[in-house]
Amino acid sequence: MERYRFLPHTADAKFQAFGTTLEESFVNAALATASLMWDWERIDRTTEHRVQVEGKDLKQLLVGYLEEIIYLSESKMFLLGAVDEIRVEKKREGFSLVALFRGDRTSEKYTLFGDVKAITYNEMVIEQNDQVMIQVVVDI
Amino acid sequence: MRFEMDIKRLSDYAWEIPKQGEMRVPTVIYISSRLLEGVKRDKTLIQARNVACLKGIQRMAYVMPDAHQGYGFPIGGVGAFDLEEGIISPGGVGYDINCGVRLLKTDFHEEDIEARRKQLLDEIFKEVPAGVGKGGTTRLSRRDLEEVCAKGAEWAVANGYGIVEDLKRTEENGRMKAADPSHLSPRAIERGIPQLGTLGAGNHFLEIQKVAEIFDQEVAGVFGIHTLGQIMVMIHCGSRGLGHQVASDYIRLMENKFGDKGLPDRELINAPIRSPLGQQYYKSMSAAVNFAFANRQMIAHWVRQVFSKVMGSSRGMDQVYDVCHNVAKFEKHQVGEGEIKEVCIHRKGATRSFGPGREEIPEIYRSVGQPVFIPGSMGTSSYILVGTKEAEKLSFGSTAHGAGRVMSRHEALRRFRGEEIKRDLEKKGIQLKFTGWKGVAEEASAAYKDVDEVVKVSHQVGIGRLVARVVPVGVMKG
Repeated sequence: MERYRFLPHTADAKFQAFGTTLEESFVNAALATASLMWDWERIDRTTEHRVQVEGKDLKQLLVGYLEEIIYLSESKMFLLGAVDEIRVEKKREGFSLVALFRGDRTSEKYTLFGDVKAITYNEMVIEQNDQVMIQVVVDI
Repeated sequence: MRFEMDIKRLSDYAWEIPKQGEMRVPTVIYISSRLLEGVKRDKTLIQARNVACLKGIQRMAYVMPDAHQGYGFPIGGVGAFDLEEGIISPGGVGYDINCGVRLLKTDFHEEDIEARRKQLLDEIFKEVPAGVGKGGTTRLSRRDLEEVCAKGAEWAVANGYGIVEDLKRTEENGRMKAADPSHLSPRAIERGIPQLGTLGAGNHFLEIQKVAEIFDQEVAGVFGIHTLGQIMVMIHCGSRGLGHQVASDYIRLMENKFGDKGLPDRELINAPIRSPLGQQYYKSMSAAVNFAFANRQMIAHWVRQVFSKVMGSSRGMDQVYDVCHNVAKFEKHQVGEGEIKEVCIHRKGATRSFGPGREEIPEIYRSVGQPVFIPGSMGTSSYILVGTKEAEKLSFGSTAHGAGRVMSRHEALRRFRGEEIKRDLEKKGIQLKFTGWKGVAEEASAAYKDVDEVVKVSHQVGIGRLVARVVPVGVMKG
């Protein structure tokens, strides 16, 4: 199955990410986001960051989770290469997510080719049928 | 896709979305019919209508000639809100808080720099960190960064970047006094530390320009622009990751506190201006505004140093002005018949355009109006305008801010090659330095609206009058 796909958008970037489970689609949404900034497939897995996010609904959870990638890259110089051990849980109010981000620190080895300013709610879709589809517009 | 809407023509350059449905006031769009066609292709008009639905909005919602689709407010959206009933919204300011433009004049003529033009650009490229992931050379402690956010350009001048005179020639004197860095999240500060004193990437740039046309000799003279061929330096950048984080943080906080019920768009999330959270956002946004002022102050200082080194002097390199393009602030405006009151004005992708007499503008410009800078896209003209009295009546003292994208980055990458763009620019006598070919192709001028048409509308409507046109001779892209 295709992991993600970019759609036309005038000012920014819009993608759809797919998965057979919510978790899998979240992983692919993270890789789609990373793909706007670096080639995640070429990032060595030497460093880990455990992320933990809460959201009052799935959309807020998704925004918070994808923002972790931006935050870690700008403040910890961490480039995401893979997402493991991801778990989304329904809480009494809202949702929580834990995941293990694997990747490497920025260095001469890697080319950075774009900034992502923020994850937005614009045209955001989380569709859960036989498979899960997530649509996100990011501000670049 | 086209978004049709009941829209009424008021004049050649003004259109109205009459008050309907949930709208509390009408929306007025200042635009030419040609630019309007483009705007109908995205959600700009729907977003413009949504702004008119927000609580406490005064008089009308306005849309500037360079408008395009944004998040919450359209880019080019202006709204003023009552201080008791009204709201403040991060989506009305944008993610890149105080993205703005600073212009320096020089006493050099294009012939003076011709032989050393390449060297100038190379040296600036060395001194001013730019591009994706490029950190600054000044790594401050958290506490120092908080001071930057509290004091803005004043911090920079006190630390040896530039001169006191620069502060007087900066919107808000380079410091929003309401700023309170204690409301910034640790993450905002962590993202700010490595990025202070950097240009960034995307549409941000630094240009060496020459004056190509003077429309109003008298006002130009007041701004320090005297002759064709005079060299200017334009710096376009913002608050970087720190500002983005402030926007993201407060969207989440406001959502959790006030929810998005009744809002036509989740990105319009807001808080009452008088609420503690509304006040905290204002103070944090002001801190991000200050970060951006300090950032441009540092970059301007390095540019002067390079001129000193390469040209032997940076004499006459006065700052013309520094304007914000994404900001919310408190200003006095006429809202009804003879009723003047303080409102919270949001300018998102719009420039303040105050005319003569306003006390907010520097004394040296008070008799003519404030300078307004409207940068074009890479390799095209940029414009210097002057604020007007009419703008206060027509748009709460606001005008356009730039060209505005019309083509996606993806499409630009498909259509253009960075190498060809560089060659074409060189043919036009424009030198280009950059950090990545991809950024060059993405920022191709054909991907943007025609800035000439944008400023023509501003001039015709009277919300910002033409003073001079400048063209680049050297472009540095992040």
